[in-house]
Amino acid sequence: MDDLLREFLTETNESLDTVDVQLVRFEQDPNDKKILDNIFRLVHTIKGTCGFLGLPRLEALAHAAETLMGKFRDGMPVTGEAVTLILSTIDRLKLVLDGLERQQEEPAGSDEDLIGKLEQMALHGAAEIAAPPTAPEDDSKPEQPDDETAAGLLAEQTLERPLRPGEVSLDELERAFRETSVELPEPEPATMPAQAAMDLEAAEIEVAEVVEAQAPEAKAPEAKKPEAKKAEAKKSDAKKPDAKKSDAKKAVPKAEDDDKAPESMVKNQSIRVNVETLEHLMTMVSELVLTRNQLLEIVRRHEDSEFKVPLQRLSNVTAELQEGVMKTRMQPIGNAWQKLPRIVRDLANELGKSIELESVGAETELDRQVLDLIKDPLTHMVRNSADHGLEGPEERRANGKSETGTIRLSAFHEGGHIIIEIADDGRGLNTEKIKAKAIANGLVSEADAEKLSENQIQKFIFAPGFSTAAKVTSVSGRGVGMDVVRTNIDQIGGTIDLKSVYGEGTTVTIKIPLTLAIVSALIVEASGDRFAIPQLAVVELVRAQTNSEHRIERIKDTPVLRLRNKLLPLVHLKRLLKIDGGQKLDEETGFIVVTQVGNQTFGIVVDGVFHTEEIVVKPMSSKLRHISMFSGNTILGDGSVIMIIDPNGIAAAFGAGTEAHRAEEDDAEAAHAQAAGQTMSLLVFRAGSPEPKAVPLSLVTRLEEIDAAKIERSNGRWLVQYRGSLMPLVTVNPHVTVRSEGTQPMLVFSEAGRSMGLVVDEIVDIVEDRLNIEVASEQPGVLGSAVIKGQATEVIDIGHYLPMAFEDWLSRKSIRVGGPSPKLLFVDDSPFFRNMLTPVLRAAGYEVVACTDGEAALATLKQDPRFDIVVADVEMPGMDGFELAEQVKGDPRTRHMPMIALSSVATPASIERGRSVGFDDHIAKFDRQGLIAALKECTVEWEKAA
Amino acid sequence: MTTAMSQDTTEFVTVLIGGQLFGLPIERVHDVFMPDRLTRVPLAAPELAGVLNLRGRIVTAIDMRVRLGLPARDDGRTNMAVGIEHKGESYGLLIDQVGEVLKVSEATHEANPANLDPRWARVSAGVHRLDGQLMVILDVDRVLDNGIDALAA
Repeated sequence: MDDLLREFLTETNESLDTVDVQLVRFEQDPNDKKILDNIFRLVHTIKGTCGFLGLPRLEALAHAAETLMGKFRDGMPVTGEAVTLILSTIDRLKLVLDGLERQQEEPAGSDEDLIGKLEQMALHGAAEIAAPPTAPEDDSKPEQPDDETAAGLLAEQTLERPLRPGEVSLDELERAFRETSVELPEPEPATMPAQAAMDLEAAEIEVAEVVEAQAPEAKAPEAKKPEAKKAEAKKSDAKKPDAKKSDAKKAVPKAEDDDKAPESMVKNQSIRVNVETLEHLMTMVSELVLTRNQLLEIVRRHEDSEFKVPLQRLSNVTAELQEGVMKTRMQPIGNAWQKLPRIVRDLANELGKSIELESVGAETELDRQVLDLIKDPLTHMVRNSADHGLEGPEERRANGKSETGTIRLSAFHEGGHIIIEIADDGRGLNTEKIKAKAIANGLVSEADAEKLSENQIQKFIFAPGFSTAAKVTSVSGRGVGMDVVRTNIDQIGGTIDLKSVYGEGTTVTIKIPLTLAIVSALIVEASGDRFAIPQLAVVELVRAQTNSEHRIERIKDTPVLRLRNKLLPLVHLKRLLKIDGGQKLDEETGFIVVTQVGNQTFGIVVDGVFHTEEIVVKPMSSKLRHISMFSGNTILGDGSVIMIIDPNGIAAAFGAGTEAHRAEEDDAEAAHAQAAGQTMSLLVFRAGSPEPKAVPLSLVTRLEEIDAAKIERSNGRWLVQYRGSLMPLVTVNPHVTVRSEGTQPMLVFSEAGRSMGLVVDEIVDIVEDRLNIEVASEQPGVLGSAVIKGQATEVIDIGHYLPMAFEDWLSRKSIRVGGPSPKLLFVDDSPFFRNMLTPVLRAAGYEVVACTDGEAALATLKQDPRFDIVVADVEMPGMDGFELAEQVKGDPRTRHMPMIALSSVATPASIERGRSVGFDDHIAKFDRQGLIAALKECTVEWEKAA
Repeated sequence: MTTAMSQDTTEFVTVLIGGQLFGLPIERVHDVFMPDRLTRVPLAAPELAGVLNLRGRIVTAIDMRVRLGLPARDDGRTNMAVGIEHKGESYGLLIDQVGEVLKVSEATHEANPANLDPRWARVSAGVHRLDGQLMVILDVDRVLDNGIDALAA
């Protein structure tokens, strides 16, 4: 294909995409002149370029579309049909372009139908519009085709064929030239005023392009066809130049280019580079990086090498080069979204729905390779949302929603990943339907299905061949399912997650790496083998040794590490990879790679850590791809091949054990299927009775075994000297006896410098499970019972014990409260109270979303105002509870929302202040009963009001 | 060596695996190399001996003895590898020893004997009766296609 044509195709396709977006916007706001001008200019440019290259079919079409849009610019009202018509014209243009790309010439076919309609519509408008403007002459510059250049350049384009539809014979052109000697080169095509009626005739002749030469607001002169043609020839956007030199009998396309060059150079400092060239560059840089690594490796072995300095320099230059090349590949994700407004609009029309597409973060950049790979999945998911997710207007109205459904696309960076969310406020996934289908498809047995959580069931939509659409519409059900989406995302090392609330909508979250090519990795050793762990996932390195602060401890068989007052779950890499040779692991020592995946943090225990190295990720053999622990392999500087650990795989392995447990054990949970349902780490222990008890691990600061001899009794309380101060001890219940010899296990809770020891009989295990309290408890200190690891387990209410250790514990600060009734927003800055009250509120039947401060709460409300109540700590750093209340009550969307204040200082003044800013109730932080009661009251009122 | 040259001759690279002569179609054999610095891959199928760097490319090594259900080698000699391209990926089949290139007439070709070990039958495209010994034709595609996948499934 000749370069000119190829460039034309690329450029035109891009322009068309832009037009799509703009048109939809235009339809929404027909009065926006600027948008209209933009669209007009784009279509015009397409037309001009087509003419220039001798593509009559395209040109005629674009011309007719342009004519119509010219009318709009003149004030003809923009109707939905008009936009639809233009959109279908653009589709046709694309079709022809496709053919052009494949066959290198315009495919045969007639566009009379469309052109006819376009003209028709333009005519109707024209009738109302004042008489068509006259000749183009009004403007200044004489049109002087510089024939020399023109002729000189495309000499080979002799017209040795019959005229295509829309083309004008050279003779006629010649005549036209003679007749009109003066033309106006226009400064900018955009300014071209309405060429209204004239275009109509022009359309037949095709060429008759309005001379956009006119001065901006000048009356659109009606170009006679021939003149028009010449005018175009001049125009800076390429046009049909053959007009120029009749005797030369050639088309003169290049002339345009020449004209255009300087202008575009000024306008825009970028050049088009073939993607292949970039890819090649990237490969070469990758190889360069490898070679550099090899050299560095060699030099490392020869201490005083004279190569050292230049090599260092080479290394730096390589790094910069690599970065530069990577940058060239970055593109805003908006490029992948460009087509969506159009798709959504068409869908909305087709399905008779009203849909609004919001997008946030279109400028977020990612590697174009990745971009290409997610384009289709994204489109598919948006289609899905529009087709299956959103309801029709009647259904929405019936459900008390606004008639217009919203699909919200957002993208942002997080670490080395880009997160893309596609959210709709539609009907949500019907878990029952999915379950039935999953059973019907044999994906799961009926018995097993009963045990699955709602979220697990929803994830079946990613299974191959799964579609719950009752009927296959033209929109979805085109053989691309969510399974393909997932496969595509998997391929690029991404993850996909789904959250859906029946009746409220669905949110799909995709997380993908920014780039696939080169990553920085930590090289570690396990059982004599080396592995690479992507640096992005690594938070820190900790060396664990027997007698140091950091040593690996065990709770039953689970290795954990105390790290900054938190327990970090650990996994031994060699055990996970089954290369420990069945040997007993070295109990307390090792290097711990603290790794974070999403919100999961864990430690990978390895035997040694070498260094970090830039590695070029090479895809694994298809024979190895099923191993989820690896994401690829690479060649190190020393020439050996090593496997790259996939932190996602390891994280999944952490969850896998508990996942299995859950499936086996959680019948009751599935039945209840509480909306909350996130898994959390729970510490299981025994105290006073053989039945297990549990407490969220995140609440526990440390686990201790204290020498019983150190426990003292004073003033009727048990105390122990702990870390330089006296720590009060509380037994879980009267049946627990504090030991007088040996060691006493206890859970230590600390906050703000104070610690309390909760004495237990035995620490059993740490498990990952869902905390769904099935049966609330009347017994003090027990929130209720939940099924944990298949056993009924009492969940302990830490809030009960804290005041037993320090009477004023809860009154000092932070307590956060959950909201009433279904959905509750709980705002408290103290993680301790967040962790403590959330289970309380869940037990009381609320779906709880916890926020750490007023700003976060507002952001949450803004994103999703469907909360039934807000419970907020009034004493918070930054935006406090009062301010939050003012903001919430000030927003019409959330004004009606009941709010409860939590406070440790319940003075009449503060209560009064709370009332004045809109709090419905004021509860002391430690008053759980009071809180629950207040919540009930608010909810009842709220329900009445609604 | 057999030099029965009729029109229908095929060229094979011969290799020895566990004392048995195998023939690989010559057009499928990219190169023969000493597998050096093989990196084992944890959790992979047993026949997957590991991955190695062959002139900048990562090659997946398949241990043919495991694949054919033969005992591990105990003569202390190093393996050789035959480089194969399959569906755009590079593989190295680990074998005991590489022999010569043989031109064999179609006339000596026979189907797999019915009683052949099924593990062998699955990867064999028949047998050639050579002078003094039999050569099993190794169907490279079948070795690479259904081997590990079948096991995994």
